[in-house]
Amino acid sequence: MTAPPPLLEIRGLRKSYGTRPVLDGLDLVLPPGIHALLGPNGAGKTTLIKILSTLLPHDGGTVRVLGLDPRRDRRRLQGLLSLTGQFAAVDGALTCTENLEMIGRLFGLPGSLARTRAAEQLERFELTRARSTRAATLSGGMRRKLDIAAGLLSRPRLVILDEPTTGLDTRSRQVLWEEIRGLAAEGTSVLLTTQYLEEADALAEQVHVLDRGRIVAGGTTQELKALVGGAVVRILDQDGAVLEELATTGTAPDLAARLAEAAHRFPTATASIHRPTLDDVFLHLTEAGPSADPDGAATAPSVAPVRV
Amino acid sequence: MSALAPAAPALHPAASAEPRAASFLTGTLVLSRRSLLHSFRDPESVLMAVLLPVMMMLIFVYVLGGAMSVGDGAPSHGEYLAYVLPAIALTSAGFGASFTAVVVSNDMTTGLIDRLRTMPFPAVTVLLGHTVASLVRNLLATVVVVLVALAVGYRTDAPLLSLLGAFGLIALWILVITVVFATLGMLAGSAEAASGYGFILLFLPYLSSGYAPVETMPGWLRAFAEHQPMTPLIDAARALMDGQAAGADALVSVVWCTGLITIALVVAGYVFPRRTSR
Repeated sequence: MTAPPPLLEIRGLRKSYGTRPVLDGLDLVLPPGIHALLGPNGAGKTTLIKILSTLLPHDGGTVRVLGLDPRRDRRRLQGLLSLTGQFAAVDGALTCTENLEMIGRLFGLPGSLARTRAAEQLERFELTRARSTRAATLSGGMRRKLDIAAGLLSRPRLVILDEPTTGLDTRSRQVLWEEIRGLAAEGTSVLLTTQYLEEADALAEQVHVLDRGRIVAGGTTQELKALVGGAVVRILDQDGAVLEELATTGTAPDLAARLAEAAHRFPTATASIHRPTLDDVFLHLTEAGPSADPDGAATAPSVAPVRV
Repeated sequence: MSALAPAAPALHPAASAEPRAASFLTGTLVLSRRSLLHSFRDPESVLMAVLLPVMMMLIFVYVLGGAMSVGDGAPSHGEYLAYVLPAIALTSAGFGASFTAVVVSNDMTTGLIDRLRTMPFPAVTVLLGHTVASLVRNLLATVVVVLVALAVGYRTDAPLLSLLGAFGLIALWILVITVVFATLGMLAGSAEAASGYGFILLFLPYLSSGYAPVETMPGWLRAFAEHQPMTPLIDAARALMDGQAAGADALVSVVWCTGLITIALVVAGYVFPRRTSR
């Protein structure tokens, strides 16, 4: 058995809108699995995804998705992947069943198979009771589920999810996470972008950080966290305000020494050990930082828990 | 992680060995069905298609018909009915087709088009589906116009072939205006803008020989009326429905229609591949 081609093989990818470069010599090779792409707004995430999913032609460099060139092998690649974008891509005037059957037929499935698959997807996403409801009248969460059900109906080899849980409540997000983990177990690869760093932490085997059109870091979440250094000892007063932060290497002897120092200097204070989160990694790696983001989308949901 | 749990057999990736693709024909059929469902589920479009021709017919025939003299003799309801019938059919079709601009614009500005473009079928069939739906919707509207006309006393002894010719000209115009509206829908930034741009086209039939003879218009308006596509189209349809030969008007109409549809298709062919949702 020959080794399967890498999920992605991107070398020197360039893309400009007019004279403004968006992707600037991007290199990225990913094995099959679940991968997350992080980056501030304007970093080029959506542009990259559009190129991978055949929506946009690239200007330069080589791109292989599942071993296929999105420009030359367009149709073949389109049969193997699915894109679920930031906005629910369902037809509001059609019912859940009609939406899914339409997607099935357009993936080239015969009518009977499209019907079977549609029913399967409704069952799987707990939408069976809403099968005859028009998508426009579904709640936001249910519409998103229908959207994702539509994206999985063709059983793609690669599922691309652009900020899949934006706007979902906590429970729906958990359900979707389970679904994504389930996909990986079935051998489907997932590439997701997210603004929720906790999401990347929870799901992805590998996380890559995109900034200004290049990959600036990548690896497991542990590896990325190691990039910003070890743990910090935080000294807090009775009201919980931070008095001081002591940097450590994160090793037990160093932590013990810092805690001893803290005990000596602040006899009445409490102390906590703060390990770097992906938020810290993100802020450390992306030059502008999400706080420079005009609409603040990246900073708003600071969901990553502070681990102590 | 449920890596060791046996996945449901239907979900196993082995089941999706080879990628499939949908043909041009399948895409057209599936998306025409979709667009037709849109048409018949949108109360506004159904109302527009049925109510508008009925209202126009009644207003023009009963309110204006008694005052309008379009023949040699005194004003007559029956004579004016025969005179305005093609214009009412074309005006109604224009309104019905303008719906296409809105649905195309909606398609272009929501996420659905991005998903469809990443799927293995010719994406242009999305537009074709809207065009088929518009043709069906507006041909039905034309049938409604004819039925109402018959109900209020329209009669003709024109041979069937002439009547089919008139119907064909009207159908051709429906196709032209649908494609023009679809292109406007793509160019417009939003559905609201799309219907705004299209609005001006809906006045073309009024500025033609459709409702009043061009000889009665002031010189500048007459010059416009005589050189826009509605006048030859309406004159040709009217002649055919009266059992006369359409002559040069039919030819000029076909030339206008071919020209307009070519321009619209060239623009659409340029814009469509470049438009994504954002």
